[in-house]
Amino acid sequence: MKSAQTIANDVRDGSSSAVAELQRSLARIAERNDELNVFLYVDVEGATAAASAIDERRSRGEDVGPLAGVPIALKDNLCQIGIPTTCSSKILEGWRPPYSATIVDRLIAAGAVPVGKTNLDEFAMGSSTENSAFGPTRNPLDPSRVPGGSSGGSAAAVAADMTSISIGSDTGGSIRQPAALCGLVGMKPTYGLVSRYGLIAFSSSLDQIGPFAKTVGDAALLLEVIAGHDPLDATSLPEPAPSLVAHVNDGMAGKRVGLVRELYEGADESVVASVRAAAEALREAGCEIVELSIPELRLGLSAYYLIAPAEASSNLARYDGVRFGRRVDGEDVTAMMEATRTAGFGAEVKRRIMLGTYALSAGYYDAYYGQALKVRTLTIQAFARAYAQVDLLLGATTPGVAFKFGEKSNDPMAMYLNDVFTIPTNLAGDPAVSVPFGRGEENLPIGVQLLGPPRSEAQLFAAARVLEIADGRA
Amino acid sequence: MTTLTNGWEIVVGLEVHTELLTHSKLFCGCENHFGSEPNTNVCPVCLGLPGSLPVLNEQAVELAMRIGMALHCTIAPSTFHRKNYFYPDQSKDYQISQYDLPINSNGYLDLPDGSRVGIERAHMEEDTGKTTHLGGSGRLAGADRSLVDYNRCGVPLVEIVSAPDIRSSAQARAYAAELRGILIATGASDGRMEEGSMRIDANVSVRQANAPYGTRCEIKNLNSLRSLQRAIDYEALRQVELLEEGGTVRQETRHWDEDRGETSTLRVKEDAEDYRYFRDPDLVDLAPSQQWQDAVRAALPAMPAERRAALIATITQPSDAQRDAIEVVIDLGLEHYVHSAVAAGADAATAISRVANEIAADLEHVANLSPAAFSATVLMEQSGALSATQAKTVLGELLEHGGDNPQAIAAAKGFEQLSADSLGATVASLIDAHPDEWGRYREGDDKLAQFFIGQVMKSTKGQANGKAVIAELQARRQGRSQD
Repeated sequence: MKSAQTIANDVRDGSSSAVAELQRSLARIAERNDELNVFLYVDVEGATAAASAIDERRSRGEDVGPLAGVPIALKDNLCQIGIPTTCSSKILEGWRPPYSATIVDRLIAAGAVPVGKTNLDEFAMGSSTENSAFGPTRNPLDPSRVPGGSSGGSAAAVAADMTSISIGSDTGGSIRQPAALCGLVGMKPTYGLVSRYGLIAFSSSLDQIGPFAKTVGDAALLLEVIAGHDPLDATSLPEPAPSLVAHVNDGMAGKRVGLVRELYEGADESVVASVRAAAEALREAGCEIVELSIPELRLGLSAYYLIAPAEASSNLARYDGVRFGRRVDGEDVTAMMEATRTAGFGAEVKRRIMLGTYALSAGYYDAYYGQALKVRTLTIQAFARAYAQVDLLLGATTPGVAFKFGEKSNDPMAMYLNDVFTIPTNLAGDPAVSVPFGRGEENLPIGVQLLGPPRSEAQLFAAARVLEIADGRA
Repeated sequence: MTTLTNGWEIVVGLEVHTELLTHSKLFCGCENHFGSEPNTNVCPVCLGLPGSLPVLNEQAVELAMRIGMALHCTIAPSTFHRKNYFYPDQSKDYQISQYDLPINSNGYLDLPDGSRVGIERAHMEEDTGKTTHLGGSGRLAGADRSLVDYNRCGVPLVEIVSAPDIRSSAQARAYAAELRGILIATGASDGRMEEGSMRIDANVSVRQANAPYGTRCEIKNLNSLRSLQRAIDYEALRQVELLEEGGTVRQETRHWDEDRGETSTLRVKEDAEDYRYFRDPDLVDLAPSQQWQDAVRAALPAMPAERRAALIATITQPSDAQRDAIEVVIDLGLEHYVHSAVAAGADAATAISRVANEIAADLEHVANLSPAAFSATVLMEQSGALSATQAKTVLGELLEHGGDNPQAIAAAKGFEQLSADSLGATVASLIDAHPDEWGRYREGDDKLAQFFIGQVMKSTKGQANGKAVIAELQARRQGRSQD
């Protein structure tokens, strides 16, 4: 599979065409989608028209953009006008949004060709795609295993060479964890760097859109295209998109990197070994490695499982059968809403709505949601103290390699613990990237995680690039 | 107004919702317009479609600040919360509202009678859509079908919460009327209760003087100032009767039935929902800069109290009728006509009366009438060049057709004032025709002057000037007594 940078260069210089690249992508999807269940919807017609239009514009000598003719997969919680958008939930089955997410518009303006919508855990709640109402996605590297989640479909699309790049969203690790389990680069940017307008909310204060790619360079290019202020998102940072691609090869000489005990303790031996090897590789690249302990990070998981469900309980209230999506009739409006939500939501979504409703209830707010907000503040302060000492932090992305279907799906706590290393950065609003480094059992990929202060994406990509080279992948 | 006996006192606090006169809705670009075809002023944001996000309307913040400043509130950094409850006319099934940190707090409103009512807060929130239930009882439960119009969903509101400082239904009415005047003066609202752009809920309780507050009931469906006053009186009496019979008042929301003139239980407190308020993570904190606040304050127009005082000062010891006329002028915002006429040398009382009656009766055409033409007409009336009736006719012409020359209109209408000779002859012949009335007038019964004015007007078809008639009558009375 060609990288997105290569495809765009080829399309721009005429050595390939957008239509040819799309056909290659569609053929690969046709070949493997039945087995892997990556795409919930493939927009053959729309993508073909878009690709043809790019080729025609190129033939007229127009600049067709930095992602010219690059097929891209979108997680199915992103709105694209007229394209079925489900969040992998029966409650939205058949709904076609009348508008597009800001990042979809930006991707199309940059020449990218959206080929379809990928599977996810219902409303992005999960770590394996087993919570999808439309069946799980299989890990292309070992179809008996999960691809991770919730952006498992977007990760699998790239891992299966269906597209070179894809878009996911990360609320507690939903980009980084599947990236680690599928052997990809995946970044959760600084909160507010990428507009959330048109991203169907799970937990608004934690959700952030980010890129999947096989290479650090592609991930940087994709993020550069989608980042930057959007007046339609009040939480969008005011600055324009940062320059990322230009800094990928800046190196890490003279930087200080903190190896954080709480971000690898308890992980499988092979994972800990990969993290240590990554530290060594950074040291060889000229970094100073500092061993750190940030005890506050241990509180992250509990705080997350109060804040995220609380926001979700409110964000998901609108799925009431009145205006869009599924409706199950009832005796009156209230009964209709209840019947619709009972039939439309899956078990995990219901579990989190109940958790969140409880956490916000009168008499419990202070003990649960209020307490979680305090932990969030402590987490932000703890990270800030760490970044006063070091430039970046290093740890594991997940406790282990891709696990088998059913291994954790009957034990919510075991599943939740899969996100223990990724959650703290969401609470803090900081960026973090997962990059493949080393191999574990059955030769499955391991992801290590690099974390940085707000808006340190360029440095994170530079560090990830050092590890990419040290791992022998380019 | 009902007066309570046996030492009972009414305690009232009012919650007033007002829609803001913004161009667009509170969190999206849809037009804020009453009366459009259902579901035409809607977009993904105000329909609460998945993935949409709210962005705060700057003009709404400015209007909210104007209200706060006019009510002497502290403007403080504020936040937006979500009030969570399921209802079909609320597109997100939560309402974005300000909760523990409102934009305006701790103000007051001074009433014309000199009393002061505290303002606890004046916060921003979004309006809901409008549901129509078809079939069944016409309420949500039991309806066959419900139709929802989301045009109003997301329209900006400010909710003004008074302290429980109001002690009578009349004071409550005066508060609501004064507040309405302020909302109109700030340009924040059109104050139309009948269109629902200003909505009032009343919290009513009773207590023995100086005792702790009693249990309150919230009264809804108050669609006019008259309903407000009647409902408070009814509710206070109901509570007093209940307490005097040894009962207790239950905290509840009650519905005012205007036709039956009574309140009835809508829902009791035990049914109250837990709204699970929490800060809306889609919005950032609102902290208007000092510079912005200063600019808004500097541009704030004069409030009704100040404008009322300015008009009252133009009349020595104004009568109740004149005070009422001044209220009309202030309420309609027409005092520039009065000030223009007074500056031109006209009598304020006449000018106020013409504005409160003739102009107020034809607001549709008020734009046609220039203050200069108005002043000139009042001056003509005052000098005797026009009778009152003629002046009203000239004003009517000016309102209908515009123009800046009342003299020309008077001439075209043939409004030559009767000459003094002609008037004298008319009066003389009427005295001859009505010897009894003349006799009584001559003995000092001034009321008979009106009788003669009426007769003169009748025989001159309104061309005479009433003041001139009186002058003529007085001259003749004095003349005769000298005989």
